[in-house]
Amino acid sequence: MLLRAAWRRAAVAVTAATGPKAAAPTRGLRLRVRDLAPQSAVPADTAAVPEAGPVLRPLYMDVQATTPLDPRVLDAMLPYLVNYYGNPHSRTHAYGWESEAAMERARQQVASLIGADPREIIFTSGATESNNIAIKELEAAIQPDTSLVSVMTVNNEIGVKQPIAEIGRICSSRKVYFHTDAAQAVGKIPLDVNDMKIDLMSISGHKIYGPKGVGAVYIRRRPRVRVEALQSGGGQERGMRSGTVPTPLVVGLGAACEVAQQEMEYDHKRISKLAERLIQNIMKSLPDVVMNGDPEHHYPGCINLSFAYVEGESLLMALKDVALSSGSACTSASLEPSYVLRAIGTDEDLAHSSIRFGIGRFTTEEEVDYTVEKCIQHVKRLREMSPLWEMVQDGIDLKSIKWTQH
Amino acid sequence: MAASSRAQVLDLYRAMLRESKRFSAYNYRTYAVRRIRDGFRENKNVKDPVEIQTLVNKAKRDLGIIRRQVHIGQLYSTDKLIIENRDMPRT
Repeated sequence: MLLRAAWRRAAVAVTAATGPKAAAPTRGLRLRVRDLAPQSAVPADTAAVPEAGPVLRPLYMDVQATTPLDPRVLDAMLPYLVNYYGNPHSRTHAYGWESEAAMERARQQVASLIGADPREIIFTSGATESNNIAIKELEAAIQPDTSLVSVMTVNNEIGVKQPIAEIGRICSSRKVYFHTDAAQAVGKIPLDVNDMKIDLMSISGHKIYGPKGVGAVYIRRRPRVRVEALQSGGGQERGMRSGTVPTPLVVGLGAACEVAQQEMEYDHKRISKLAERLIQNIMKSLPDVVMNGDPEHHYPGCINLSFAYVEGESLLMALKDVALSSGSACTSASLEPSYVLRAIGTDEDLAHSSIRFGIGRFTTEEEVDYTVEKCIQHVKRLREMSPLWEMVQDGIDLKSIKWTQH
Repeated sequence: MAASSRAQVLDLYRAMLRESKRFSAYNYRTYAVRRIRDGFRENKNVKDPVEIQTLVNKAKRDLGIIRRQVHIGQLYSTDKLIIENRDMPRT
């Protein structure tokens, strides 16, 4: 909250101070980012600093929050934003027919990525809506003891992969419905709804280099899984989700799924190498760094590290040239440490010093190296200023200290 | 239609790389150059002419995508990233 307020003040000051410029048109936040002054704190008065060099954007290392559009996805979407603007539910003219054809093609692309039948894919506005539809199924249950297991395929804070196939097998044998929120997993690790006995799955467009505002829910047909519609109206999407299907967005989701299917192996190999590089280089230069999450069952692109004796928010502010997050964006407004870290038994002080590094399809080796360099530099600097660190260096066991009340 | 010769494939490769270097966004530019190099290298030992033609046709479509998206990127370009003026952009 403090961080965001500071950015807002800085943005207003900068845009007020710099007059109309003959620079390239920019709608981005004009940040005063200088990489020449490693010792400087955040500038106190941005309006007074003269324009001495180009304004530069930070590196993007927060792919768990959202991903950029793949150019192939935008290319697929644009015709439907320019000329092919028909409503896919219009049955009586070519505009409707071509839009419907695109929608069904996208449905097939999504289905193919997860081993499903296209009739089992319902388009929604995103994984959140998909989750709500799937979980509301509890209320539509026929038998009084029917229940639902819902598990995230890949956790968005620490990147841990759940044993989906095992859970699916258990649920299937106990006749319990199995839902998984696969937003962070679709297109990144191989998923097959039949091999893994998944009954319901949530898919998010903007986590797989597709557009924001669209997703899908997979609903098994054999054996039939009955869900109740959240949104009623004209009966679109087999009555499970009324509302005009947004053709440009679903075309984007379909294209993103198709690209993901083609690129999964290549991306996974590269991201694994970059993740290894980031972790190794940080850990060999800094002591007392802990990686959160089981390293065996882990998606490489989501790295959550705790830097002991350093406060997470202050490290984030220091790393102002890199877009990062400490834990999940959904909970970033609260002061509480991450519930995920608490659940895996992380000490509370370590939970407050966690940073999440996201590596994706477009991340480069240079970006990883720069992030590592800055991270090491600022952790060292912050630790120098920390009295707790000083005590640890002197051999004092912090757990033995009796803190007095003032 | 005559099958694509080695020279034609190389021409296509060079054209794709040349076009990709014009992406104004650092991440798109580096990805495209890297992916094209890796993609052509991965398939360099393909012998079946039908398969070669399929790959060439896909590459031609991708070249079209790159051309359009490079152009759009330039229309909506913004400031460079913090690492862009530090060293020569490698992939």
